[in-house]
Amino acid sequence: MKLIFEKSVPGRGQQIFPECDVAVTLPKVPMRQTAPRLPEISENEMGRHYTELAKRAHGLNDGFYPLGSCTMKHNPRINEQMAALPGFAKLHPLQPEWSLEGALEAIATLEQDLCEITGMDGFTLQPAAGAQGEFTGLLLIKAYHTHRKDDARTEILIPDSAHGTNPASATMAGYKTVEIKSDEKGMVDLEDLKAHLSEKTAGLMLTNPNTVGIFDDNIMEITRLVHEAGGLCYYDGANLNAVVGLVRPGDIGFDVVHLNLHKTFSCPHGGGGPGSGPCGCKKDLVPFLPGRHTGEEGFRREAESIGDMTGFYGNFLVYIKALTYILSLGKEGIPDIARNAVLNANYMMEKLKAYYPVAYDRTCMHEFVLSLEKIHKENHVSALDVAKALLDFGIHPPTMYFPLIVHEALMIEPTETESRETMDGVIDAFIQIYNEIIDNPQAVAASPVTTPVRRLDEVKAAREPVLRYKFGE
Amino acid sequence: MATYIPNTKDEQQSMLREIGYQSFDDLFHDVPKEARVQGELDLPEGKSELEVRRIMEGMAEKNFVFDTILRGAGSYNHYVPAAVNEIADKEEFLTAYTPYQAEISQGILQSIFEYQTMIAELTGMEVANASLYDGASAAAEACGMCKDRKRSTIYVSDAVDPRILSVVRTYSFGKGTEVKTVKTADGATDLSALKEALAADPQAACFLMQYPNFYGIVEDADAIAAAVHEAGAQLIMSVNPIALGILKTPGEIGADIVVGDGQPLGLGLAFGGPYLGILAASQKNMRKVVGRLIGETVDSQGERGFVLTLQAREQHIRREKASSNICSNQALCALKASIYMSTVGPQGIRQVAELCTSKAHYLAAEFEKIGLKTVYGGEFFHEFVTSCPDADQLLEALEREGILGGLKLSDQEILWCVTELVSKEDMDDTVRIAKEVIGA
Amino acid sequence: MIDPKELKYTKTHEWVRYEGDAAFVGISDYAQHALGDLVFVNLPEPGDEVEAGEPFGDVESVKAVSDLFSPVSGEVLEINEELLDAPQLINEQPYEAWFIKVGGITGEEEMMDAERYDAFCEEEEGNE
Repeated sequence: MKLIFEKSVPGRGQQIFPECDVAVTLPKVPMRQTAPRLPEISENEMGRHYTELAKRAHGLNDGFYPLGSCTMKHNPRINEQMAALPGFAKLHPLQPEWSLEGALEAIATLEQDLCEITGMDGFTLQPAAGAQGEFTGLLLIKAYHTHRKDDARTEILIPDSAHGTNPASATMAGYKTVEIKSDEKGMVDLEDLKAHLSEKTAGLMLTNPNTVGIFDDNIMEITRLVHEAGGLCYYDGANLNAVVGLVRPGDIGFDVVHLNLHKTFSCPHGGGGPGSGPCGCKKDLVPFLPGRHTGEEGFRREAESIGDMTGFYGNFLVYIKALTYILSLGKEGIPDIARNAVLNANYMMEKLKAYYPVAYDRTCMHEFVLSLEKIHKENHVSALDVAKALLDFGIHPPTMYFPLIVHEALMIEPTETESRETMDGVIDAFIQIYNEIIDNPQAVAASPVTTPVRRLDEVKAAREPVLRYKFGE
Repeated sequence: MATYIPNTKDEQQSMLREIGYQSFDDLFHDVPKEARVQGELDLPEGKSELEVRRIMEGMAEKNFVFDTILRGAGSYNHYVPAAVNEIADKEEFLTAYTPYQAEISQGILQSIFEYQTMIAELTGMEVANASLYDGASAAAEACGMCKDRKRSTIYVSDAVDPRILSVVRTYSFGKGTEVKTVKTADGATDLSALKEALAADPQAACFLMQYPNFYGIVEDADAIAAAVHEAGAQLIMSVNPIALGILKTPGEIGADIVVGDGQPLGLGLAFGGPYLGILAASQKNMRKVVGRLIGETVDSQGERGFVLTLQAREQHIRREKASSNICSNQALCALKASIYMSTVGPQGIRQVAELCTSKAHYLAAEFEKIGLKTVYGGEFFHEFVTSCPDADQLLEALEREGILGGLKLSDQEILWCVTELVSKEDMDDTVRIAKEVIGA
Repeated sequence: MIDPKELKYTKTHEWVRYEGDAAFVGISDYAQHALGDLVFVNLPEPGDEVEAGEPFGDVESVKAVSDLFSPVSGEVLEINEELLDAPQLINEQPYEAWFIKVGGITGEEEMMDAERYDAFCEEEEGNE
């Protein structure tokens, strides 16, 4: 389809602003020499352009969306309406405190709820996304050790199954990443952990359940060992959906946690953001929290604060949605999330494993990983091919080629908001693709054929980067 | 209690049995007993949609929404054209994930490619990324982009928004990166102090300036660019995108990296977020750009299509060697900004810039008449600082009339901001109230 | 034309070709094949020191990045700037596409001749 610039016609456009009601006065400074080539387009043509784009996107209501590690659950409509209330959406972040009673109540309520859900003592809502929440948590760990003059702690231990953001965040926080091996069951190898713990250990970052969907049952031992070595334990909340309401990171030895409100707490992903990545911590680290948060003395900045992660209070309108969700579900509804997320994942895994080998054949949590290594070797059909074949069924493919420790991985996370019939339909599609792999592997490798475009040349895109429209230049 | 789980309790039990579990307890057998929550969470009971609506509306009503807003300082009250939210709220945009599966995500990918093009056009730069969290964190990421083994010190003008400086410092704290500020003279970067600082430091990596600066002044960016490049460092300009409707562009000035908050482009005030981190760069910095980039390519049939590209820069591939941990962008906010820019077009972006600066000049002139003097001599865009005998007293008087006055910088100084949403009448009312308060 | 049989190889699949006192470093055909279509290469700057067995740069494919390890210790005299614009040369002519030219050599990794390297690659293949 055409780009919006290709639909632009000089002289067309929309009249949005009135004439100036005072004398036109411009600053006496150098002005831009050429106008930006923004589209000149009528409202009707523009509306159709974006509707055409929307038809070429896949939202949650377009079909099953089992992206492992991304928790693509239903986004309740009420959340959107509450975030759009003028009493929230039209507030200036630097309004006087007397005019913000409701906003501060919302922040305080959410901070307290998140503390209760995670077993932490304080929270900052300032981080804008999970990766920034991680970075915040690591800076808290750094501030904690620095404050105690324990400066020799330069290493963060991270399992090899971790998300890429973990080591990248550790680097940004000035730490050296030490990789810990996973054992044959997909859990932290305790011997390898012990071998790497030392007086240099600042902390351990752990996702539990981990990225292969397994709850590490040595968890109490792991956090005890790290504490014994003088390190702190960081809980990556990416997979909290598996245990929310049933396990609290704070009760199993974690000192710091970040949450992805756009995963566990039902905020929409928006095509890649805005998310919200609050960071919580135990009492000893509260004095270092960034921004302002609600402490015992009200909404204020800590004297030893590490500073600020974003300009104001983080993605306020996003976390209003999470607050709405928590209020809706309450103490009974929240553990039900985890129970059904885990049930749905195991239901799908049991039905699929006769066709596609699972990487770790044991009870999974909210997600599971198939390994197509054997199929790839024997039938020359890759995980990518299966993913693309799913597109022709109107199903969004699972996460591919992650975690890195499983070859030809497909990671499936159905979430709790899918019905049994939907999952049965998807299971049928997987089985049909499996039969095709056996009967006609070339057809699978040639998929998708029903999508607006076919497989795209990513090598060309990277070798000769075209990152903007060139206006026929 | 609200629930979004489709399967009934009976269905759940039958599914459990079908796959060989006696109960949920049995299903969670991998979770050690001592790790489990005993009893219930200390949270209220779940509520129906109607009850939740009442609670949330009650909370929203406890806030006061000002009719007239003369405060900016990083968050600007502009008109949001009707099309912006009407279009961006389409669920295909709202609920989609990151466009990892390009074949069914062309709509998201193309919209971001168009956004990148519009930002490149507005800033005059060669490339723009798919967006970052907000203007402050974008500035911090840009500083990180400029550092290498030989040059590592970050210089920031004292006329940069203190919130941006705070985020730059926080981002730098972990690695121990040195952040030095350059003092101001008459509300703008002191050029001779800048030259002196850079000349004395062969490790100077970059200089971050704001355009217009925190006090609203349009600094002499050409002279600053020359001084920074003379010293072999890079120039990062933090811009207000609306101001670029008329001001000489960072591209024309020769900036190396441009950052800014895209909030004025149709995002509303939103109590500070979500906003939009703009990041654009010169061609030579393309490979160092952090965050997502969308690129054009062709499919197997030769049709044009778009993909996430140059991904080997990013954390999911480079892990601990990545220059940033950023994973997501603010795609929906970038979409809103694109719709905004498409709605107003090249004429509208110029018009809104002219409206803002003209009205700001009107208010500054009216304030002068009653003795609230403009403090700094430099040319300004839509923000300016005035003196005031008692800032609190004046601001409180305005608040009583539903007017959010400027931001108090000190007991005797206020930073005002005027946008196209403020009418001449609003300004005349403000001046009248001010006149009464200060007894001029 | 360079004869791959006359080069020396590391266990990390780099090759070395000596020309006078200087060493040219590239990656083997086996390596380029395993890495797939390369889209970018990050190289050091002339004047930088490299150390035998330590990374001196990396190559990027669409979905991966792999370190390049220096077979020798010394100073980078020159880099092959052509590769920055045309990384496909590494795939197309791996033995012509040198990355760095190193001089002032003070040490080198343990290396294999072509025959031993071929056997080493076969072994690696088997372990996959």
